[in-house]
Amino acid sequence: MTEQTTPSKMPSRLERFRDSDLWWSFKSHKSAVGAAIVLGLVILTAFMAPLLSPQNPYDLAALELWNAELPPIWMEGGQMPFLLGTDVQGRDILSGILYGTRISIIIGIASVAVSLFVGIGLGLMAGYYGGWIDNVLMRIGDVLLSIPIVLVAILVSSVAQQFLPPAFREAGVAAVLVLAIAMYSWVQYARVVRAQTMVERRKEYVMASRLVGTPARRLMINHILPNTLTPIFVAATLNFGLAILIEATLSFLGVGMPPNQPSLGTLIRVGNQYLFSGSWWIVLFPSVQLCILVVAVNMLGDWLRDALNPKLR
Amino acid sequence: MNDLAPALSVNHVTKTFDVSAPWLNRVIERRPKLFVEAVSDISFTVQKGTCFSIVGESGCGKSTVARLITGLYKTTSGDISFGAGTAGAPIRMQMIFQDPHSSLNPRWRVGDIIAEPIREMKLRDSEKETLERVRELLETVGLGADDALKYPHEFSGGQRQRISIARALASEPELLVCDEPTSALDVSVQAQILNLMRRLQDELGLTYLFISHDLSVVRHMSDHIAVMYLGRIVEQAAVEELFTAPKHPYSKLLLATIPDIANPKRRVEAQAGEPPSPLNPPSGCAFHPRCPIAMAECSQILPKLRQLDENGQVACHAVESS
Repeated sequence: MTEQTTPSKMPSRLERFRDSDLWWSFKSHKSAVGAAIVLGLVILTAFMAPLLSPQNPYDLAALELWNAELPPIWMEGGQMPFLLGTDVQGRDILSGILYGTRISIIIGIASVAVSLFVGIGLGLMAGYYGGWIDNVLMRIGDVLLSIPIVLVAILVSSVAQQFLPPAFREAGVAAVLVLAIAMYSWVQYARVVRAQTMVERRKEYVMASRLVGTPARRLMINHILPNTLTPIFVAATLNFGLAILIEATLSFLGVGMPPNQPSLGTLIRVGNQYLFSGSWWIVLFPSVQLCILVVAVNMLGDWLRDALNPKLR
Repeated sequence: MNDLAPALSVNHVTKTFDVSAPWLNRVIERRPKLFVEAVSDISFTVQKGTCFSIVGESGCGKSTVARLITGLYKTTSGDISFGAGTAGAPIRMQMIFQDPHSSLNPRWRVGDIIAEPIREMKLRDSEKETLERVRELLETVGLGADDALKYPHEFSGGQRQRISIARALASEPELLVCDEPTSALDVSVQAQILNLMRRLQDELGLTYLFISHDLSVVRHMSDHIAVMYLGRIVEQAAVEELFTAPKHPYSKLLLATIPDIANPKRRVEAQAGEPPSPLNPPSGCAFHPRCPIAMAECSQILPKLRQLDENGQVACHAVESS
């Protein structure tokens, strides 16, 4: 047979996306569009931090002590280029926020990625095989969820500090944080995937595929996984906001990022000590940035949850 | 075609399912383990090139039989053996499923769905030949070659069932197990699918094991019928034999429920009672609580499936004694 010209030409991925229900729902949802724009700006500025910020906050040599505790530019005593003022070491708050946001976002994305990987893998196995595998995995998850995350994080980071060689301790902090957050949040994905897998695995298309001898691993990944992704997508978006908050909490409590590599949480912790001495800007601006970031992510997540929920269409 | 070679023989197959409560509940509530005998002691043979049908009410174990034969379930006892195929190897078998909405993966393109058996079993050497074969299969079942790029939700129920058939044919089977392939379809579409299946049987020399609760569909399709009730075969006969002269009272009851075009207002005698629960089957003949001609021994002794004439078997005390 010769080449057939298909009457309806395959639309490209982008064309199909722009024609999809999801895009229409997004366009008609003002808060979602607003949240997306804000989130886009936050992420863009965070990743362009080295270009945008007037000072490299990691470079201790650039800090001048006579610039310490300068108020924001619009207040009396404010100086260029410190738009939002400086902290007690003369570090520019705006630069700190941009770099800190970058760290917070990276940790958020990394922890969501790790917990997605673990949660989807274990959830698929628990749901597909059932029986004792399911029981063991889900009980482990229950136990992990019953321990407060702060304790888990302190435990993980102190254990890691014991075993990491000193050279890696500084660099390893972020990885340890990611691990601690992922250890807590994979359970949620695993539960969602497990429940969906148990539904899908009984469906006839899975049986049809089993009949031609498809091995279990390919059944899970090629057949079942794509049909569990919608709720996972929503959960991952909402959890991204949560992961940033958890990271900020841990850093605020002192088990997170160190002051020489501050995340938003660390900035808030450091600033918190000077709140009563009148330097309110050291704590306020990082907090506002954290708030904007998390609210934008959550608004997007809420919209996504509604948009992908067939009952609300 | 060699009509006497068996394509499939099922010998005394039994399947029990464990439906017990979870272990902890059983311990706390002191309940025993619970088993359901979904299929008990079933034997039949399907000859090559014929269509063998199994009919019965919902829950009588028809679908379990289909899944036992395809190997999706393991038998508890008994054995299932397949005749020799064309190349001397055991006969190849595929299944067509009941619900065209759940039997196609909604995230896969139709072309990939049909190509899956070919790719999985490495029936073609190159990707080009695979696509060629997919196109050929789509045309065989009456769809267009460009439908391969669409997703299942773009098709109607009947078209999806055609896709299902194309997928089953992709692995070049000689025996097709059809688990109520038309029960989810409109009547007009049912006829199209059934005619397609008959055409394919003629063209490809397929053997069908056809499972249905719809007697008129079965009459259209099959050569031989087995009637199941509560996990057992109660009557087995050639199709015209069963439709013209049913022996077992349950077969008679089933036939009496077929709507009659010539006499649409015909009074159908509603049979008392529901099919009993397989968890707690009646003693003796499972049909005796609903049977109009039940005798004393029916509630005591389980009737055996006995050969009546050259192509009919029935399991009933009343039929034997008369």
